[in-house]
Amino acid sequence: MNELPQQLVNGLLLGSMYGLIAIGYTMVYGIVQLINFAHGEIFMTGAFGALTVYLYVLPDGTSMLLALPLMLLGAVVVSVTVAVGAERFAYRPLRGAPRLAPLITAIGLSLALQQAVWAWYPDAKSARTFPQIDGGPFHIGDVTLQTGDVFLLIAAPVSMAILAYFVMRTRTGRGMQATAQDPDTAKLMGVNTDRIIVVAFALGAVFAAVGAVAYGLKYGQIEFKMGFILGLKAFTAAVLGGIGNIYGAMIGGVVLGIAETLATAYIADIPGLDQFGSQSWADVWAFILLILVLLFRPQGLLGERVADRA
Amino acid sequence: MRQRSLIAITAALAAGALTLTACGSRDDDGGSDGGNGGGGGTTVVIGVDAPLTGDLSALGLGIKNSVDLAAKTANKDNYVDGIKFETEALDDQGQPSVGQQNATKLVANDDVLGVVGPLNSSVGESMQKVFDTAKLVEVSPANTNPALTQGVDWQNKKVRPYKSYFRTATTDAIQGPFAAQYVYNDSKKRKVFVIDDKKTYGAGLAATFTEEFKKLGGQVVGTEHINPDTKDFNAVATKVKNSGADVVYYGGEYPQAGPLSKQIKAAGAKIPVVGGDGIYSADFIKLAGASGTGDLATSVGAPVEELPSAKEFVANYEAAGYKEAYEAYGGYSYDSAWAIIEAVKAVVEANDGKLPDDARAKVVDAMQNVSFDGVTGKVSFDEFGDATNKQLTVYAVENGAWKSVKSGTYTG
Repeated sequence: MNELPQQLVNGLLLGSMYGLIAIGYTMVYGIVQLINFAHGEIFMTGAFGALTVYLYVLPDGTSMLLALPLMLLGAVVVSVTVAVGAERFAYRPLRGAPRLAPLITAIGLSLALQQAVWAWYPDAKSARTFPQIDGGPFHIGDVTLQTGDVFLLIAAPVSMAILAYFVMRTRTGRGMQATAQDPDTAKLMGVNTDRIIVVAFALGAVFAAVGAVAYGLKYGQIEFKMGFILGLKAFTAAVLGGIGNIYGAMIGGVVLGIAETLATAYIADIPGLDQFGSQSWADVWAFILLILVLLFRPQGLLGERVADRA
Repeated sequence: MRQRSLIAITAALAAGALTLTACGSRDDDGGSDGGNGGGGGTTVVIGVDAPLTGDLSALGLGIKNSVDLAAKTANKDNYVDGIKFETEALDDQGQPSVGQQNATKLVANDDVLGVVGPLNSSVGESMQKVFDTAKLVEVSPANTNPALTQGVDWQNKKVRPYKSYFRTATTDAIQGPFAAQYVYNDSKKRKVFVIDDKKTYGAGLAATFTEEFKKLGGQVVGTEHINPDTKDFNAVATKVKNSGADVVYYGGEYPQAGPLSKQIKAAGAKIPVVGGDGIYSADFIKLAGASGTGDLATSVGAPVEELPSAKEFVANYEAAGYKEAYEAYGGYSYDSAWAIIEAVKAVVEANDGKLPDDARAKVVDAMQNVSFDGVTGKVSFDEFGDATNKQLTVYAVENGAWKSVKSGTYTG
């Protein structure tokens, strides 16, 4: 039986997850040139927001189809609150400071959010189970899909399309593009850049929240430190796709996910490389790919060559 | 504005200073107690090092509580005349580097005469030398890697690397083959897919399992090493399914084993996942979900619930009202702590009821000869510091709980 289609789908799913989180990195970077290392934790708090709605707001035994939109809402509310709060209280006071100051703040915030969930969320000291959608699995040819995968496969492109429409067609979206190009001129043209920055943080958080619910449904468990490694991977995806470019984030995520999956599945079959083929080596191959891409296209897959802002 | 930040800084400094003083005064108290040496009520601290936070904390908290129970029991019965036992639990987060810092910290506290822990073999590796240099006895309830007591070349020539290291857990040199025999002879599986997490414990266990399974005539149809930082094992699960294996052996711990088992079954391979004591936790069942039914784990010793010697421990543990369950290593942790208490008792009694000045070194020597009936059976140590009790049990997931299937000892 041919394994390739299933492995490609595995990679696509993993990559879509990276992509959803990468959007938040890329939008914030595109507008304020800040690498928001706390974004992985914004993703994580979203997952706990969804779980809170399921456990403590909805009555027991609510069907998942009914609960899912409300859980999604809960995730979005928590993620956006955390992201906007972080922007207001941690990053805005440092807007004029040297680049390193907000970067270190972001790392500190990341740790603080992890520990806060660990300390105060009930039973969050080890992984908590996340409710699952009944039904499935679905078989399409050689490919097996779980119900959680289906959610991710629908949610990722739909939210991507909504974002593209928002950025291209709405007034706020165009304001975002203007601020990304030149914040000072945009301000002179009457764009409220402070508001635009908040919107960028909030939008990134919405995507992280969608990703968080997808994560819970796909893996069936969430924990306080799930955002850290996933955040790093998503950041890598954003760089791979071209940081600052929203389509690049999604493409970068999918490329990274597929690269990792295929490395796990096939490198071991290449004669002489069998000990470099296991999943523990997948990250190495993914980063070799990243280095190669950056060697030949320093701006990333879809990035535009911009003069370095010194 | 200036005024406000000044206030903020002052407040922060004040808070910091308060915390520091609090720590300092406790240490001072401890120190003076130790100095009294044998006056009415000397305090002996039993250190605990285990992952108290993070995804292995379920096991770690069980260890901490069980040691605490042992200390309290000894105090209540006034088991060692004139000695009051206290515990100091440190969190190693399952990380060797943190474990080593903790070891240094415990060594620095003069009242610590013995340490129970750690959980992870890799952490144990990083702590051994620190304790050995300080001649501080360490008893692990859970380290199963053979190299810790028998040297890295244990398969050919056994050499004990550290004199101060003991353990109440059985080694993987026994656990892996025991699992292989059960899988081959009792479950009648012939084609195995072996997965490990590349950590000291997991890789070691997978290797000893593989060796015995091949010797019995079984076939290894695939091997894989997973990355313990991720929860996405779908690529591996697809490989397992297409390999035609009828059983999966996983060397590693439950935070990865749970999702791995779930994803293997979701990929369409309805075959049992077998692991060692690292997956023998209620959390494994929670994470593996309903599809985990039929998965197997081996664990050290006989099931605590079924041992007559453990009834009292279980009852006392429940009476003490700990929030967390004692988990897989509770009985072993209690026995580890009790071994330290016995060693201290022997040292104190040999020195006219007082703690000698070189108490730490004396406790290490006394530990070698400790022998008592513990929660998990007879507790004593061989010339390598390994437990002489080499019992193991196979457990299976049934109706959302671990059920013991078969107990026995591995005999070559």
